[in-house]
Amino acid sequence: MRKVQAVIVGGGPAGLAASIEIAKAGGKVVVIDENGKPGGQLFKQIHKFFGSREHRAGVRGYDIGTQLLKETEELGVEVILDAPVYGLFRDPAGIMVSYMKDGREQAIIGEKVILATGAAENALVFPGSTLPGVMGAGCAQTMINVNRVLPGQKVIMVGSGNVGLIVSYQLMQAGAEVLALVEAAPSIGGYGVHAGKIRRAGTPIYVGHTIKRVLGKTQVEKVELVALDEKFQEIPGTEKMLEADTVCIAVGLTPLTELAWLAGCEFTFIPLLGGHIPIHNEDMETTVPGLYVAGDIAGAEEASTAMEEGRLSGIAAAEALKLYTAEDAKTLKAEVWDRMNALRTGPFGQKRYDAKEQLLATAKGGK
Amino acid sequence: MRVVKHPILPEDTKPEMTIFFDGKEIPAKAGEPIASALLASGVRIFRETAKKGYPRGIFCGIGRCTDCVMTVDGQPNVRTCVTPVRQGMKVETQKGLGRWSEEA
Repeated sequence: MRKVQAVIVGGGPAGLAASIEIAKAGGKVVVIDENGKPGGQLFKQIHKFFGSREHRAGVRGYDIGTQLLKETEELGVEVILDAPVYGLFRDPAGIMVSYMKDGREQAIIGEKVILATGAAENALVFPGSTLPGVMGAGCAQTMINVNRVLPGQKVIMVGSGNVGLIVSYQLMQAGAEVLALVEAAPSIGGYGVHAGKIRRAGTPIYVGHTIKRVLGKTQVEKVELVALDEKFQEIPGTEKMLEADTVCIAVGLTPLTELAWLAGCEFTFIPLLGGHIPIHNEDMETTVPGLYVAGDIAGAEEASTAMEEGRLSGIAAAEALKLYTAEDAKTLKAEVWDRMNALRTGPFGQKRYDAKEQLLATAKGGK
Repeated sequence: MRVVKHPILPEDTKPEMTIFFDGKEIPAKAGEPIASALLASGVRIFRETAKKGYPRGIFCGIGRCTDCVMTVDGQPNVRTCVTPVRQGMKVETQKGLGRWSEEA
């Protein structure tokens, strides 16, 4: 069986960044992705990123994706596409990664394996939530920005985190009408700068509201909103009916952790980071030796932090493979931590910083 | 409906092709998933559920929820959000669990 120094599952921002670091250190690395194209969800991010210059702030997501792909090509990183990974097995030489390719089962051994599988959007249940026209906000974003097709004309967005705010604005840029943004919490979840854009466009943001039901014979026709009290209970008499053909759901992400469970990783539960997260140390290594995590699987955050975690896991794996001395690795990792800590500041970042600190403490304390 | 004019993205120059939806010709763009070609032609109902015949369409767009599965070239349960179009492809609304056709 084929054996390489490192196998990375997932070719999104975290996986590609990890592969770049290992290849830079001189390691042979293979990235496996189930999609037909690498880049994960970067190519639908048409907005400019936040942070400082080192985080490529001001650069649009798809340009960052193009840059990452160029770097992996120049470094000779091998990327296997259209290949879903379905199993991880312990092997004396490392970890065996099993995947499907061209309808056949195949396997490769990585001395070190990095899981960068990302996250999936959460669903929301209400009467009518299965009707055609109700979809994830990320799904709508892929349709407008990658496939250049409007999933609907009159949209109601649920959730006012950054995804809900950004996708609402991008739906408007693509020519859709966003009738309302609905948020169950008493205040807006995402950045003020994004919310400001929505408000200036004339779209109302209903905080303390939710969808009571969606009506329609074979697809979304009407959406009924209702106000919520401080205990998130519906307030009778506050219902409002809107004519819409599309409902987008932006109520958070859940890390895609199936492979980490399969491998026997120990988990912890941190709601702020998306729920069950594989416990990992400061090198992004899980409780299974030689198995690392990076990006949303290690706690759902943003593409910029995913890339830094990818780099961190890549450097740590390269160190473990003796491609770097402990001293060199320490310097490189410190640089990543500086950038990553800078991304985890401010009213939103601080909470993620605290949650990640809690995770690291769990790793140190054994549980 | 296609997004034609966009304030940020350049013009979409992907070549056109044709696929069949329930026997009817509809246009598609090379490389796009089946689901987006259908949405562009105003098709939103992709299948009917097995027990009650309820309509379903695209939901997650990343190949996980399987709400968008259809019968493609005689093969049932194809995830249309992650399967790219091919010239002349035959896409059919799937009833329930679907069934394999003779030629597939």
